[in-house]
Amino acid sequence: MAETTTKDSSQAVQPQVEMVRIKINGMEVEVPKTQPDPITGKPVPTTMIQACAMHGVDVPHYCYHPKLPVAGNCRMCLVEFGMPAVDRNRQPVLNDDGSPKINKMPRPAIACATAIAPNMEIYADSDGSKEMRKAVLEFLLINHPLDCPICDQAGECKLQEYSYEYGQAESRFVEAKVHKPKQVDLGPRIMLDDERCILCSRCIRFTRDIAGDDALGFFNRGSYNTLGAYPGKSFDNNYTLNTVDICPVGALTSKDFRFRMRAWFLKETDSVCNSCGTGCNTIVSSREEVIYRQEPRENDAVNSSWMCDHGRLNYKWQASDTRLDAVSARRGDVREVIDWPRVVDELSGKLQSFAPGEVAFIASGQMTTEEIFLFRRLAEKFGGLRESFPNVGEGDHLLVSADKDPNTNGLFITGFTPAGEQGRNFQSIQDGIRNGSIKALFVIREDLIARGMDAGLLEDLQLLVVSDIHRTPTTDAAHYILPGCAHFEKRGTFINVKGRLQKFMKAVEGPGASRPEWEFLHELVHQTTGQNGFSTIEGLFNQMAGEIPALAGVTWASIGDTGRSVELPGA
Amino acid sequence: MTGKIFNYEDKRREGNHRMAQMEDQQDFVVPSGLESEIDELITHYPEKRSASLMVLHALQEKFGYLSKQAIEWTAAKLDLEPVNIFELVTFYPMFRNYKVGTTVIRVCRTLSCALGGSHKLHGHLCSKLGLDPGEKGPQNTPDGKFTIEFAECLAACGTPPVMMCNDDFYDNVSNQEADKIIGKYRK
Repeated sequence: MAETTTKDSSQAVQPQVEMVRIKINGMEVEVPKTQPDPITGKPVPTTMIQACAMHGVDVPHYCYHPKLPVAGNCRMCLVEFGMPAVDRNRQPVLNDDGSPKINKMPRPAIACATAIAPNMEIYADSDGSKEMRKAVLEFLLINHPLDCPICDQAGECKLQEYSYEYGQAESRFVEAKVHKPKQVDLGPRIMLDDERCILCSRCIRFTRDIAGDDALGFFNRGSYNTLGAYPGKSFDNNYTLNTVDICPVGALTSKDFRFRMRAWFLKETDSVCNSCGTGCNTIVSSREEVIYRQEPRENDAVNSSWMCDHGRLNYKWQASDTRLDAVSARRGDVREVIDWPRVVDELSGKLQSFAPGEVAFIASGQMTTEEIFLFRRLAEKFGGLRESFPNVGEGDHLLVSADKDPNTNGLFITGFTPAGEQGRNFQSIQDGIRNGSIKALFVIREDLIARGMDAGLLEDLQLLVVSDIHRTPTTDAAHYILPGCAHFEKRGTFINVKGRLQKFMKAVEGPGASRPEWEFLHELVHQTTGQNGFSTIEGLFNQMAGEIPALAGVTWASIGDTGRSVELPGA
Repeated sequence: MTGKIFNYEDKRREGNHRMAQMEDQQDFVVPSGLESEIDELITHYPEKRSASLMVLHALQEKFGYLSKQAIEWTAAKLDLEPVNIFELVTFYPMFRNYKVGTTVIRVCRTLSCALGGSHKLHGHLCSKLGLDPGEKGPQNTPDGKFTIEFAECLAACGTPPVMMCNDDFYDNVSNQEADKIIGKYRK
C-alpha cells in the first residue's frame, strides 16, 4: 500500500508553525497548528486524523488519503471528542485545580475534516468511537459481495482489516443485495468491479486533482450509486494504475496483476524504477524468482506516492526470452560457452595486450553508479576514449522525465562522461576503428548498431567485448558476451535527474550465468590494475564515495530507504 | 442468512441495478434564443459550474429530457467534462435521461399516498393507457403522448392520492377523476 506516514526530510524544512496542545486517548501531545494542503501546499488547519497519525494513533478511514483533498464521505473516521467548556460570556470554565474543564461533545466528528483546537481531547479508541466504526462497517457491507476468496485485494484490503478489527462476524442483512456490474472495462489497464466499490471517491479525486484528467464520476443515487467513466470514454492516462493502489478495496483492479497471484505469497523488495530519470521509488513484488507487480513506494522528495503506468508495467523485459544467460566467446565462427573465471582471465590478458588508447569504452545510463565507477577505472587503466549516449524522450507535467536513462547523473558524477558531453566521442571512436588506432571496444548495455554504427566496422575490431542483458545485433557481433543483470537482480545506486542518490535491492535472481556487472568489473579491475577492491556492494560504494567529491561523507547505510540528495557536477 | 438471491446467475454481469444510460438525440440543436437565455443565466453565478443545474433545467424544459448531446453541449458550455454533468443528470430524479411523452404523469408513492391508494391509481392509469401496471419505472405510451412514473412526495400529504401532469397538480384523484384528466391531456 502506498499509504504510510511521511518520514522524509522534506517535512523538516517547513517553516516553524505554532504548536497546539491537545490530548489524544488521554495522552498529552503537541501538534502543529497547520499542515500544508496536499494539493496547493498552502498551510491549512491540522485535522484530528493528522494529529493522531503524528502520534502513532491510527484512526480507521477509507476516503481520507494524506495526498488527496478531503472528501469526508465514508464516515469511518468518526470519533468522539471533547472541547474546553465556556460560560455564557465565552470565558473558559476551569476545574478546581485550574485546568480547563473539558466537555465531551454530544455528537462525534469525522477526524479527517475536523480541525484541531487548543485543549481539544480526541477519544479515538473510546467504546463510542469503536461502536461507530462497527456501525459504519455494517452499512458498507450491506451491498458488498463478500467475494474475498476471488478478490485480488484480499490480504491487503482495508475492508477486511477493519472488519476483522471492528466489524461483526455475522450480517444482519436479510434483504437482497444490489448486484452491480462485476467487470467494467474502464480503460486499457483498469478493470472495475462495481460491487466491491465502497464509493470513497479516492480514485475520482486522484485522477482529477493529481493526474489532471477528470475522467471518473459517480452515477445514479443511493444503493445504485455506481463508479464509472463517461459512457464511451476510456479511462486512459499515464497514471491510471495509481487508482488501483489507493482503492481501499478490490474495486479497481490492474488488468496486469488481476487473478495472477495472492498478495500474501509475494515477497516485497524496495527498488527504484529505471524507466526514466525521475527514479520513482518502487516496491517489487515477486514469488519464486518471478516478478508479479511493481508499485510506487512513498518518497516525497521524488515521486510522492505515485508512479506512471508505463514505468510500473515496464518490468516484463526482465523475464523476456531474449535475455542473455550464458558467457560465451567467439572463436572464428564458433561460439563457445565458457565460465566466468575463464572469461575474466582471458579478457584481462587480452586487454593488457593492447597499447594505451587502443581500447575504447562505452557505458550506459542504465548502469549503476558503482558499475560506472569501476568501468571508469578500467578505462583509465587503458587510457582509451570513453563514450555514453543521451537517451532523450518525452517528459510530462507530473513524474515522467525526458531523460530515459535512470542514471545519467551517475555517468556525470563519476566523471565517466563529463556533463553535457554525451555522444561526442562516438564519431572519433568510429574513425579510430577505421584508421586502426582503436583495436578493441568494451561495451556495456548499449547496442551500437542501433546507435548507427556500421556492422562491418565491428568486424574490423580485434576484440569486441559486450555486456548486455538482452541479445542485440551488437552482442551477436561480440567476441565475448558477458550476460549482465537487470536492476531487479542486483543491488546498486542510481542518481536521478535532480541529483537524488537512491539505492535499490535485489528482488529476484538473474537467469542462467548472468551476473551483476559490478562483480565481473571488480574482478577485471583487480586483475588488470592489481588494485584491491571490495567484493561487497557496501564496501564498493563506500570506496567510491571516498573518491568522488560529490559523494563525500555518504555511506551505503546512510543513503537510507528514500535516498539522499547529492550535489551535481556543474549544478 | 436467508438473503433472497434472485436471478443471480443472469444478473451476474449486468447487475440488478439500473444502469446509467443515455439517449442519442441526433437532431439536437439549441435554438439561438435559448442559447442566449442560457448564456445570460450563467452570468448569475460566480463560477460557470454553479449554473449546471439551471442550464440542465432549461434544456429539459425545451427537449423534455436530457440526451447524450444535451449533456455534452452543457459540459462544453460550462468548460466541464461530460462526466461532471452526467453525474448530476443521473443523481437528481428531476432530470430525465430517457425520452418522455408530451404529458408526463407522476404519481406520488410516498407514505400517505401509498396508504391513500396511489398504487391503485397508478394501476388504473396504466391499464387505461395500455401500459404494464407491474412496472415501477417510467413507461411511455407507443403514441408518444404519455409517460407515467412514480414520484416521491409531491407535498400534499393531506389529500391523497396525488399526481401531477407536467406542471399541473391534482389531489384526491379517484379513478373517474383520473379518466377525466387523461381525456383532457389526450385532446
